[in-house]
Amino acid sequence: MATEELTLNIGPSHPSTHGVCRLVVRLDGEIVTHVEPVIGHLHRGIEKIAENRTYLQVVPLTDRLDYVGSMYANWAYCRAVERLAGIRVPERAEYIRVIVCELQRIASHMMGIGSSAADTGATSAFLYAFDQREKVIDLFEALCGARLTYNYVRPGGVAFELPDGWIEQCRAFIEQHPSAMLTIDEFFFGNAIARVRLKGIGVLDADTAVAWGVSGPAARGSGVDWDLRRDDPYSVYPRFDFDVPLGSNGDCFDRARIRLWECIESCRIIEQALDQIEPGPIMAEGLPRLLAPRPGDAYDHIESARGSLGVYVVSDGSPRPYRMKVRSPAFCNLAVLPEIAVGYTLSDLLVILGSLDPVFGEVDR
Amino acid sequence: MRIEELRERVCAMYPDLCPLFSIEFGDGTIAVPLERIHSALADLKDMGFDRLGMVTAVDRGEDFELVYRLQSRTLRAGMFVKTMVPRSDPKIPSVCDLWPAANWQEREVYDLFGVVFEGHPDLRRILLPDDWVGHPLRKDYQDERIIRRPDYI
Repeated sequence: MATEELTLNIGPSHPSTHGVCRLVVRLDGEIVTHVEPVIGHLHRGIEKIAENRTYLQVVPLTDRLDYVGSMYANWAYCRAVERLAGIRVPERAEYIRVIVCELQRIASHMMGIGSSAADTGATSAFLYAFDQREKVIDLFEALCGARLTYNYVRPGGVAFELPDGWIEQCRAFIEQHPSAMLTIDEFFFGNAIARVRLKGIGVLDADTAVAWGVSGPAARGSGVDWDLRRDDPYSVYPRFDFDVPLGSNGDCFDRARIRLWECIESCRIIEQALDQIEPGPIMAEGLPRLLAPRPGDAYDHIESARGSLGVYVVSDGSPRPYRMKVRSPAFCNLAVLPEIAVGYTLSDLLVILGSLDPVFGEVDR
Repeated sequence: MRIEELRERVCAMYPDLCPLFSIEFGDGTIAVPLERIHSALADLKDMGFDRLGMVTAVDRGEDFELVYRLQSRTLRAGMFVKTMVPRSDPKIPSVCDLWPAANWQEREVYDLFGVVFEGHPDLRRILLPDDWVGHPLRKDYQDERIIRRPDYI
C-alpha cells in the first residue's frame, strides 16, 4: 500500500531523546526512512571559555561535559596538562584515579542500562540499576562532597585523600555489585519482551563502527576488540588483570549487555586496586600555583564509559590554554545513528538512540 | 608500535617529509604541505591507521593549523598529521571519502573556525544555529555579548 511520507520532529525537549537532541525523522508508515540528529542545543562553548581560564580553572568546566561521567573528563584533561607540563603523578593518586574512574564506569553504565530498560518499558530494571548507581554516587559524595560534578582529579594528582572507612565502604559495594548485575541480567536481558525489543535492532557492523570512529561499548557490542585500558595502556592499568567483554551481533541487545559485563570487570579492577594501593602523597610536589607549561601541544586519551575520550591542549607559554579541544566519544558515536536507524520502526529509533548512550553535555560541549 | 618504529615507517614512505616528523610529548607528528594532505592521509590509512580520532584546528594568526589525530588498532599506535591552511583562503580537501567519521568532525571545524572542506557531502553548521554570524573559535571573533575578564593574573 502506498503511503505518504511523513516528516516528524522529535525533540529538542522530549523525554525519549536522552537529553536535548532534536531528531528530524522521515517516516513511511511507521518505518524510519531517514533520520537526522540536530545537535547543539546544549552548546556552551566550553572550548572557548577554557581559553580564558587558567589551567586549574578549566577542571570544573570539564565536569560539565559528560555530566554522568565527570571523573573521566577531569582525568583526560589532567593527563593532557600533565603531559604538557611534565608533571609526574604520585602512585597513590594514580590508584585513586583508577578506582574512582572504574566506579564512575559503573555509575554511568547503570544509567545506560537503566535508560535502555526504561526505553523498552522495563521500569523495574531501571530502578534496580539506579539503586546501584545511587550507591556509587554516595561513595563519591563521601569522597569529594559532590554527587555529579566532582572536580576531583586535578593536574598533578587528586584533590582529597580517601576519607576514613571509605575503602571498606567501597569493598562492601563491589562485593554486592556483581550479584546485583546478575539479577538484572536475569530479569531484564532474560525477559522475553526486552529480548524482542532489543535483539536484531539497530545492527551496526564492525567495519562501519571503525569507519565512523565509534568507540567504547557501542563498538565492542559489534565485536570491535578495542579498549584503550588494554590496547594503549595508561596510568597503572597494566598491573591489573581484566577482560574486555565483546558482543557479536552489534545490535541494541549486545550494546546494552556489554555494559553489564563491563561493570563486573570494573569490580575486578577496583578490587585489585584496593589490594595494591599503598600510603603516600596524593599530589605531585613542587607544583607552581599557576601552571604555565612551555609552548607546545599535547593529546591524551582514556577509555571513558562512552569510548575513547581525548583532550588536546595547546599552550603558548601563558598561564591559560591557547586552545583546548575535547574529542568526545558521544559526539562520534551519535554520528553513526543515521546509518543504523533506517529501516526500523519509530519506537525502535529511540531504543537505538538510547543504546548508543549519548550524553548531550559531551556531544554539544 | 614504538614511536621510533612509526617514524621509520613513515619516513620510508615519504623520504622528503622525514625532517617534518617530530616527536614531542611522546606523540609523533608529521607536518604535511596543504596540497598533499589528502594523499598523505590516504597513504597513512592504507598503512593501517583505520581510525580517524579527531579533526580540529588551531588559530595560528596568518594560518589555521589543521590537526588530524589518527589511531591504528593493528599498529597499536596513534599519531598527528598537521597542515597549515591560509586564513585568507581557508580551503582544504575533505577526508569524508576516507573516513565517514570526518563528516561531523569537519562540520564542527567549519562551524567554529570557518574552514571550508571541499568535497564534503553536507557542509553545514553543526553546534551553532544556522543563522549565527562568525566563527567563535577564531581568536579575532567579536561579539557584543562577550564579557572580557579583567587581566589580573
